[in-house]
Amino acid sequence: MPNKTKVDWGAYLYLMPVVAILVAFHVLPIFYSLAVSFYEWDLIGSPEFVGANNYKQLFHDPMFFKSIWNTIKYAVISVPLSILLSMGIAILLNNPIKGIGVYRTIYFIPVITSINAVAIVWNFIYHPDFGLLNKILSWFGTDPVAWLQDPDWALPAIIFMSVWKGLGHNIIIFLAGLQNIPKHLYEAARIDGASRWQQFRHITWPLLSPTTFFIFTMSTIGSFQVFSQVYMMTPRGGPLKSTMVVVYYLYRKAFEQFEFGYALAMAFVLFMVIFACTLFNKLYLEKKVHYS
Amino acid sequence: MNEIKHPEYIPVHVMLILGAIFMLFPFIWMVSTSFKSQDEILSTTKDIVLLPDSIRPEFFNGPEEKERIERKKADAKRWEEEQAKPESERDRKVRKPFQWLDNYTYALTAQPFYRFFLNTIFVTITVTSVSLFFASLAAYAFAFFKFPLKDTIFMMILGTMMLPQQALLIPNYIFLSKIHWVNTYMALTVPWLASAYAVFFLRQFFMQLPRDLFDAAVIDGCTRFQFYYKIALPLCKPPMVTLAIFTFLSNWNAFVWPLIVTNDTNLRVIQVGLSYFSSEAGTRWGPLMAASTMTILPLVIMYFLAQKQFVESQATSGMKE
Repeated sequence: MPNKTKVDWGAYLYLMPVVAILVAFHVLPIFYSLAVSFYEWDLIGSPEFVGANNYKQLFHDPMFFKSIWNTIKYAVISVPLSILLSMGIAILLNNPIKGIGVYRTIYFIPVITSINAVAIVWNFIYHPDFGLLNKILSWFGTDPVAWLQDPDWALPAIIFMSVWKGLGHNIIIFLAGLQNIPKHLYEAARIDGASRWQQFRHITWPLLSPTTFFIFTMSTIGSFQVFSQVYMMTPRGGPLKSTMVVVYYLYRKAFEQFEFGYALAMAFVLFMVIFACTLFNKLYLEKKVHYS
Repeated sequence: MNEIKHPEYIPVHVMLILGAIFMLFPFIWMVSTSFKSQDEILSTTKDIVLLPDSIRPEFFNGPEEKERIERKKADAKRWEEEQAKPESERDRKVRKPFQWLDNYTYALTAQPFYRFFLNTIFVTITVTSVSLFFASLAAYAFAFFKFPLKDTIFMMILGTMMLPQQALLIPNYIFLSKIHWVNTYMALTVPWLASAYAVFFLRQFFMQLPRDLFDAAVIDGCTRFQFYYKIALPLCKPPMVTLAIFTFLSNWNAFVWPLIVTNDTNLRVIQVGLSYFSSEAGTRWGPLMAASTMTILPLVIMYFLAQKQFVESQATSGMKE
């Protein structure tokens, strides 16, 4: 077997395009941006070294804390809401019924459409005077709400739309998880006279927990990076900056006010927050996950 | 019938159908609004009117709708009368009555949307084809070749998937502006031509191909590159199709990166064009819904086609036991 030991030097040629682009646009920029976060720089003048000043300034910036707080609110409401709804729908879809393919197709449609187009549609649905939502609420005698212009409702309105948009994705993953649970467990439980709730509590919930954990972790990371819908639905951070989230604040600092060093310092703090969250999930929450 | 034998599933269907309506209704509302005149859109009626005036049977019209249609007819008559006059005598205040496709023509002429579509199609097809080609080359090397630092390089590629995306936007922008790539097609395509995920995904499939097949082909005088494009690649068609669809979708919907690296109208992709149109059109909901419909439509069509292809690609896997 001569080619068991022979080195294929040509391999590097095959790897070159991918590795070159990844190094240029993914690996080096990380080190570069860590360096820039210690400078004050508007990209035109020469960068000025300011040490940890950008980071210090960040911790005295009320808007930064507001944006963190808004992002946490977004995550804390949208993640559990999406998990609850998509798990419920997936459990319904897991019944031996007809037309599962049709339902799955329909629930998945918002996932493939662009966030910008659906944000425009929801802008119209949320319109105070001609919007669909206020129209429907008026049937029940509710006064019109100025959803996206109301500081109390702007963030919930964006959350609701985002949950709608991402539901199909989580449903598909939950459905795959549910199909891995052996059917005979439910049969045995039924013979023992377990109610539907008991079946859910003692079979579905624990055996589905790896899937739930996966979705929880991924959607928490995703919700810390929310940007497009906020940009499209509430320009300039919304009423009383009630929808100013971290990535949007970062975008404004970098590409509207050209404070690149400051924006990069923010990017690293955001990364640390996401990392800490993921670590907490992994170390603390994963203990409650039931791996068979 | 399963459902008749098991009536306990009827509530399940009811809930699922309600959910399906909730998922679909914004799209139905979008398409419906895109065919309505501004008059119809700004009506404060409490009813949900799905059919636009132009195609609604008279039977469904309430007093408000009847009045509006009468007004429209009068306007149309006025317009015709004005058109009959010689051009110098026409009253310029009389406007052309609304035609059902007017929102679409308005959207297409208010912004060079055709150009945005061409840009998006160009970027999407370039990135999808080239990134899959590059990724398959690398995946092939990882699966079949032996060379020093193989595991290190592979781990490095996997590691890039864990890097924070928002921390990359700014340094990449700085880098591109230093090499004068801001506002070029290079900026829109080149950084996305390498996909760590695609390398990992395709490597898994190449690893499943029997090693003996490779060894036998090489002994028979097949070069490594011939084995790649004549045997390995055709056998990995199903994962390639899956990847192509995912890459296509994410590039068609890409927004933040093109927003940052282009501000030239000629280089705008569809999502950026849509966001500019959204702030420019203000309350002209008809044209806005028309533009959204046009942006979504190619994806929805592809989705229905691709669904079938996913199933087919599962059924006709190249290797037979």
